[in-house]
Amino acid sequence: MLRTPGDFAEWRAVARGLLAGGIAPEDVNWRGAKEGASLFGGDEVHASAGTVSLPRELLEMADRVICHRDPQVPARLYRLVWRTARERQLLARTTDADVDWLRKTDKAIRRDIHKMHAFVRFRRLGEEGGRESFAAWFEPDHRILRLTAPFFQRRFTGMDWAIVTPDARAIWQAEILRYGDGGTKDEVPGSDVVEDQWRTYYGAIFNPARVKIAAMRAEMPKKYWHNLPEAQDIASLLAGAGARVERMRETAVSLANPQTDKWRTRVIDDLALTDDIDTLADLARAIGGCTRCPLHCNATQAVTGEGPGAARIMLVGEQPGDREDLEGRPFVGPAGQLLNEVLEEAGLDRTSVFLTNAVKHFKFEPRGKRRLHQNPTTGEIDSCRWWLDKERALVQPDLIVTLGGSALRGVTGKSASITSMRGTVHELAGGTKLIATIHPSFLLRLPDHDRAAEERTAFVADLARARKLAA
Amino acid sequence: MSRKTILQKLALLADAAKYDASCASSGTVKRDSLATRGIGSTEGMGICHSYAPDGRCISLLKILLTNFCIYDCRFCINRASSNVERARFSPQEVVTLTLDFYKRNYIEGLFLSSGIIRSEDYTMEQLVEVARILREEHRFQGYIHLKTIAGADPALVALAGLYADRLSTNVELPTEAGLESFAPEKKPATIRKTMASVRVGADDAIEAAKSRLIGKAAPPRFAPAGQSTQMIVGADAARDDDILAAADNLYSGYHLRRVYYSAYSPIPDASSALPPVRPPLMREHRLYQADWLLRFYGFARSEIMEGASEGMLDLSIDPKLAWALMRREIFPVDINRAPRELLLRVPGLGTRAVERIVAVRRTGALRLGDLAKLTSSVKKLLPFIVTLDWRPGKLTDSADLRARFAPPAEQLALAL
Repeated sequence: MLRTPGDFAEWRAVARGLLAGGIAPEDVNWRGAKEGASLFGGDEVHASAGTVSLPRELLEMADRVICHRDPQVPARLYRLVWRTARERQLLARTTDADVDWLRKTDKAIRRDIHKMHAFVRFRRLGEEGGRESFAAWFEPDHRILRLTAPFFQRRFTGMDWAIVTPDARAIWQAEILRYGDGGTKDEVPGSDVVEDQWRTYYGAIFNPARVKIAAMRAEMPKKYWHNLPEAQDIASLLAGAGARVERMRETAVSLANPQTDKWRTRVIDDLALTDDIDTLADLARAIGGCTRCPLHCNATQAVTGEGPGAARIMLVGEQPGDREDLEGRPFVGPAGQLLNEVLEEAGLDRTSVFLTNAVKHFKFEPRGKRRLHQNPTTGEIDSCRWWLDKERALVQPDLIVTLGGSALRGVTGKSASITSMRGTVHELAGGTKLIATIHPSFLLRLPDHDRAAEERTAFVADLARARKLAA
Repeated sequence: MSRKTILQKLALLADAAKYDASCASSGTVKRDSLATRGIGSTEGMGICHSYAPDGRCISLLKILLTNFCIYDCRFCINRASSNVERARFSPQEVVTLTLDFYKRNYIEGLFLSSGIIRSEDYTMEQLVEVARILREEHRFQGYIHLKTIAGADPALVALAGLYADRLSTNVELPTEAGLESFAPEKKPATIRKTMASVRVGADDAIEAAKSRLIGKAAPPRFAPAGQSTQMIVGADAARDDDILAAADNLYSGYHLRRVYYSAYSPIPDASSALPPVRPPLMREHRLYQADWLLRFYGFARSEIMEGASEGMLDLSIDPKLAWALMRREIFPVDINRAPRELLLRVPGLGTRAVERIVAVRRTGALRLGDLAKLTSSVKKLLPFIVTLDWRPGKLTDSADLRARFAPPAEQLALAL
């Protein structure tokens, strides 16, 4: 016999005893205390020494499901425990009638818990010693107060509160949680000082142009409304919705308010693509507004070259990658990290060279949460050369190192192969020297370790040669 | 100008905030007030504390700090040239309101946005100040969502990320042209840069947490519920394809947690360039469905668009069904054998149903009756699946298959 309906500990003790005694579900008659003596003459079955281990998931569900008001629950739970002890995979078989019942009942309880977390409304009682106290009246469908009180404890640690339900009450006072008997609605104040504010908010946040009553009632069933202060306004809000929308339609078009023009102090500062670019700062500003090709539409920002205006060496990469695009600086992603290492090995100081790219905007293909790098077309490289040439004109380096094929195209305007150009020093029109080498991301993509090490050594050698040439 | 009461300000500044679709308070870290002995907790899953008659959930106190604005975006009720009544809260007033509501269990936290006053930086500072007071002076552990002001100093965005659970920067309109003609002061590049600084902040915080020395305290979390944005649907000429392309870019580039689609709804005192019509709620719904296909069902945008026409999703049937009807050669799918990726493409099967099917079929083959216990809409599945006791036969290829699902043509109700 169970004394307290919804008491998991009590049910578990009894069930454990029955299970250890090998008593089959059909031989047990579960009764609540109010239903009179059980067939066993009112004696409890005590837990014996033998223990049966059950899946944690089943115990967790049983802990919730025991709170259900259906009087069949203790018996059905025992049948599940009995069967699970003999059939370990039972819980996974969601198509089994008992398991289906368990999961549906558990879902009903969890929904009830969720709605209680949502729809309890505290009303303020007062304040003592800097600690406020509140009380709420709530009528859950099932005996779930025990399952919900810890939530309110975690959330409202810094205040005292009580939740009164018809079955029981929970009281958090002086940082101790206690339970007591059920109560009545009139134990809790009938209103609260901020309820007017809350109802005002509720009315104002409602958009009368998108009435969807069924959606509201699906999530906030009518049975809860009488304890929700805001719900008393639903009828009048709905009644007035049509008229509000009609008024909007009538006044749909209005003239600009001349008074409010004075706030608009903002002068739209469009970036001029001027031809009088005299400094790198001018250039950065102008590139920021570049719309010469469609790449600017999706990239975050144009990434301008970086480095001293009097640098002797200019390193030209392909285009910004994901991280460069986000930060607005060249060579800060994985390829940039690798470049830093290789520059150091080659005896070059990153801060002494000018780093830039052939294409200033990131070209990519969205794929889920990633942006896949895409090679720029020759057309894109060629239309961006306009900027690269300006950078070259302003910095006037003695030597340009092109990293990869796109950079070579950007600097020379021709699609020569790196292999044919590598290893020798070329001279560009105007006397600037050119060294062609690979892009660091090429190394990152090589799967073969030995090959990668070999290529890296050659890359360092190219940069070391650049250092010597520019010295 | 007479001073307005809190109640008057609340009415004005909540009304002005209702056009932002975002309301969720999910996806953040778990926190409670047991240790801090303050107020507030977050449980990972947000709680909707009420529902408005428009069917939308009320989870947060969603208000503007002020509806004064120096911008003049045509779709916005708060644009500079609007005749709407103006009000402004002080940061302290917002803090008091939030705590008063929170302690009565009306809300999960605060969603604070603002019209732009003086400058982007000044406005952002004010928003951050509200969050700072809540967190530092009141040890508030509840949820905070701050609107980042596009163009604000990245240092302010970084500070906002330390206090807020979520940051959002609205793109409002998906195309450059749309933004240019409807929101002259807003620049797509500025919006993207602000989103980028949020992502960089989040990435750096994760990196710092990974590389911390053993025994050192974990570095502060940066906007643990991530960032989101909103796009307005139906105010300009952008097609669904444009909208989803923009969303796709935002998800991949800035790791957005959510893109909210908000059917343009008529605002009082609208600009003459806008349609004074009923909000396109069905279009909004279809976009959300398509968005889910992108994020949770492994669909590429181009695939979703196979079921669309001229860049617009089918309004009468959902996008997965529209796609399936165009790709019947893939169906029927054997429930007992098909890989998970294929099950996810069956119209009527959601991610949860697919998980349950995959788990249950390990214990034995499924029949139609079993499916009824795992999903709610077996009837919808019939043309697309094979089970031990069911084959659709010619049903899959029947000419009137679409008609089985599309709602019967009805006389249009008079416009609201």
